[in-house]
Amino acid sequence: MATQKNKLKEVRLSIPVSPEDIAALEIGTVVYLDGVIYTAREGAYKRILEQGIAPPVDLAQLSNVSFHCSPAAARNDDGSYTVGAVTATASFRFSRWLADWFPASGCKVIIGKGGMSAEDYRTHFVPNGAVYLTTVGYGTGALLGRGIKHVRDAHWLDELGIAQALWVFEVENMGPFLVESDLRGNSLFDRDAERINAGVERLYDGLQPPALSRYGETTSREDEVI
Amino acid sequence: MPQETKRTIPSDLIEATAFELMRRAAIEIPEDFRLGVEAMVDTEAEDLSRFVLESMVENWHAAEEDRRAMCADTGLPRYYVKAGNEAVIGGGFVALERALRRATARATHEIPLRPNRVHPLSRADHNNNVGINAPEIEFSFEPDADWLDITTVHKGGLFGTDYRMLFPGDGKDGIKRFFLDTMMQFGRRGLACQPAIVGIGLGGSKDTSMILGKQAACLRTVGDRHPDPEIAALEVELTELGNNIGMGPMGFVGTSMVVDCHIDVGYTHTGGMPMSVHSFCLSSRRAVARIHPGGEVEYRTDPNWFTPYHRREGIE
Repeated sequence: MATQKNKLKEVRLSIPVSPEDIAALEIGTVVYLDGVIYTAREGAYKRILEQGIAPPVDLAQLSNVSFHCSPAAARNDDGSYTVGAVTATASFRFSRWLADWFPASGCKVIIGKGGMSAEDYRTHFVPNGAVYLTTVGYGTGALLGRGIKHVRDAHWLDELGIAQALWVFEVENMGPFLVESDLRGNSLFDRDAERINAGVERLYDGLQPPALSRYGETTSREDEVI
Repeated sequence: MPQETKRTIPSDLIEATAFELMRRAAIEIPEDFRLGVEAMVDTEAEDLSRFVLESMVENWHAAEEDRRAMCADTGLPRYYVKAGNEAVIGGGFVALERALRRATARATHEIPLRPNRVHPLSRADHNNNVGINAPEIEFSFEPDADWLDITTVHKGGLFGTDYRMLFPGDGKDGIKRFFLDTMMQFGRRGLACQPAIVGIGLGGSKDTSMILGKQAACLRTVGDRHPDPEIAALEVELTELGNNIGMGPMGFVGTSMVVDCHIDVGYTHTGGMPMSVHSFCLSSRRAVARIHPGGEVEYRTDPNWFTPYHRREGIE
């Protein structure tokens, strides 16, 4: 493998990430983070946003970066934690909680896997001055795990289990992440998907369609699939 | 009978070996896969896609240096056991199954692995990756052998897999179309965590085609070709087709989608051609050990699951 200097722009940001730093982010930039971040996914969203249970800690005070993540971690007998690898889980599933999440948490940066829809960025991220960072790979679990210097807390471990608990990490030079959405509502995934889509039809040239279709390949649910 | 005792493979050795396999699978990327991805770094012309591949290679080094899992989503740990026909297991196969379940629970806490396994409805999590029908243990047998091969695979389970009933008239066009559909459907945004080894199960009944495809993805190494020349040629053709979609890692523009494609087949209904597609991931975690009756344990990364006996076609 020949190593080349990568040509991508790279920045290192302190948490809480300032509005100026967020405004300056461009899609496709490589990001490393210093400070405190916490994990929140469906378990925490349901408790806080649907069941109205108060967060275990003042989230806005704690950090403005939340992470769609479950670590490979264990609680030790002495009450400390061992965290090995850390990777994100696919974010699109959490779309339904965004409208309530931003005002409830004060979050300005969501880290996850695979981004969210362009509509989510326009409707929820941009109006709240928030951006989305995607993990790389996926997943660079060992590299991200190295960035965790201390586990400050693991809230709701008994209620939600290790995978869904709300973990609070002190991180140093944690990354790499890629800027997927910016404050103008641009999306890195969308930009590349447009280029890919331009060549999709030619892939199927000359390939006969199968005898039996499937719903999704027909435009109406009243159609038969034969 | 002393002779019987000497040949017996004790279940505590099986448990200790399975624990070590869990650790190796989670931390050490198999060399064949690493070399396959490193070769893609050389051919990938797009900056973003190459950055992703280089980050993954760096991540594997970090995992081995720190002895930490390469990816936090340590998937659904499972086992494939190939027993020599003359292998004798202390306590029998129930003792073996219990040893594998104990090793899974201990490894989940001590490595640590992510306790992914939950009840599908209550979502109860025992924090140990053990539960009803979990971990899966599949068996195969080998003639004229007295050893026990244990393979563990940690494969994610949410994206990159699909099944379709095709028909004989659909032919290779149908296979290619469904392959392309699956690659693009789950390749967008990199949900399948590509580039990966892609396994295809062709034929059998529906469940067999799913099992064969998963085994083809998880239990064959990069560069391995099916002994049937027609199937081997299709493996190469589909690998090239996947890499010409125009999509790379994370769904960015690129040419790195399929590290290798493996197809395994089973005799099927005369009227049908069921097909499954399974993408393994950028952390293709597999580790293998052969336990000999004398207690010697040899570790490797090639499961050698599809032996000529395993793919036998005739009555014997």
